[in-house]
Amino acid sequence: MARRPAGLVDIIAAHEDEIIRQWQAELASNGSERRLSAREIETQCRSMLDAFRESAEAGQASERLHDLLAGMTRTRALQGFPISETVSFVLSLKRPLADAAIKALERQPAAALREVMAAGDLIDGLVRNVTEAFARAREEIILHQQQEISELSTPVVKLWDGILALPLIGTLDSSRTQVVMENLLQAIVDEGAQMTIIDITGVPTVDTLVAQHLLKTIAAARLMGAECIISGIRPQIAQTMVHLGVELSVVSKATLAEALGYALAQSGRAVVARRPAGG
Amino acid sequence: MDRIPILKIGPALLVTIQVDLHDDVAMALEEDLGNRIVKSGAKGVLIDISALEIVDSFIGRTLANIAGVARLLDAETVVVGMRPAVAITLVELGLSMPGIRTALDAERGMAVIRARIAEVGTADDHVVDKR
Repeated sequence: MARRPAGLVDIIAAHEDEIIRQWQAELASNGSERRLSAREIETQCRSMLDAFRESAEAGQASERLHDLLAGMTRTRALQGFPISETVSFVLSLKRPLADAAIKALERQPAAALREVMAAGDLIDGLVRNVTEAFARAREEIILHQQQEISELSTPVVKLWDGILALPLIGTLDSSRTQVVMENLLQAIVDEGAQMTIIDITGVPTVDTLVAQHLLKTIAAARLMGAECIISGIRPQIAQTMVHLGVELSVVSKATLAEALGYALAQSGRAVVARRPAGG
Repeated sequence: MDRIPILKIGPALLVTIQVDLHDDVAMALEEDLGNRIVKSGAKGVLIDISALEIVDSFIGRTLANIAGVARLLDAETVVVGMRPAVAITLVELGLSMPGIRTALDAERGMAVIRARIAEVGTADDHVVDKR
C-alpha cells in the first residue's frame, strides 16, 4: 500500500480531543453503546484513536490496531452485543475525522479530500476485521455450547452392580459419538461393568452413519470386556434399518426393561416377585 | 532385548505387559507364547495390557495373531485391562479384534478361561485341582 501523506497523522494529533468528543457524540446520537458507561467508551475511543494514528503513520492498519479491535469485538460478542453496534462504533469515527481534516485543510480541498479518503479506506478495512473477529467469537460460543449440550445429554446410568445404561437422546454425530464413547468406557472402568444397555429410544433416526457410530461404541466396549445390548429401537426405525440393510449384530431388546431382565439373567440373577402380581 | 515373562498359573498362561511393547518384543512374545502353550498344554492365555498406554496397529495385529496361534493350539486368549483410550484408538483404526475374548480385569479373564476349561476339559489332568 502506498505511504500516506503525514497529513492525517498531524490532523489527528492536533485535534485529538475534538475528534474524541465528536465521536462520542456521534455514538450517543446513534443510540448505540448504551450498555457501556461514558468512561468506558472514552477509554476505548482513546486507545483506538491512538492505534489508528499509528496505523495512519504506517499507511496500513497496524498489528496493535488489529489486536485491539479484535479483542474489543470478542469481548462485546461474548457479552451479547449485536454486531451492528461494534460496526457502528468503528464507522462513527469517519465523520469526526473528515470534519477535522476539512477544518485543518480548509484552503486545500484536494488535500482534504485525499486525507478523508485515506481515513475512509483504513476504516473500511477495520470494519472487515470487526466482522471477521465477530464471526470467530460467535463460532467460539457456538462450539462451547455444543460441547456443553453433548456433555449434558450423554449420562451413563448404573442400573445394577455391573450393569450400566446409556440412554441416548438426540442425533448421533461423530463428535458426539466420541464423547459418548469416552464417557461410557470410563464408566465401565469405574464401575467394573460387564453389561451395558444402549437405549436409543431418544434417537430420532438411525441411518447407516449412526449405525456405524453405534457399532464403534459397541466394539470399543467389547474390547474393554463389556457386552452391549441395544434397546428401545422403535418399530419405524427398525423398518428403516432393515430397508437400509443396517446390521447391528448385537443382542437387541424392544424395551429397556427387557434389556435389564436379559442383563440380569446373563449375570446369573433373576427378578422374583414376592407376591402374586396384582395381589 | 527385553522378553516379556510368561507365567503359568494353573491351566492358564499369564502374560503381563508392563513395558512399552516394541515391535521386536511383540514378535518375540508371539513366538515364545506358541512354544509355551505347546510345552505346558495350557488351555488359556491371559494377556494383561492394563499398563499399556499406546497400542498401534502393529501391536493390535500382533495381539490378534497371538490369539490366532493360541486358538490353533487349542488355547483361548483373553485380553484384559484395556484402557478406554486404547479401546477408542483401536476402534478408530478399524481393529476391533473380533477373534479375541476380552475382560475387564485379570480376575474376570481367569473366570472366562475357567469356564472354557469346565466346558472342554484339559489334556493334562494334573493341572486341574481334583481335590
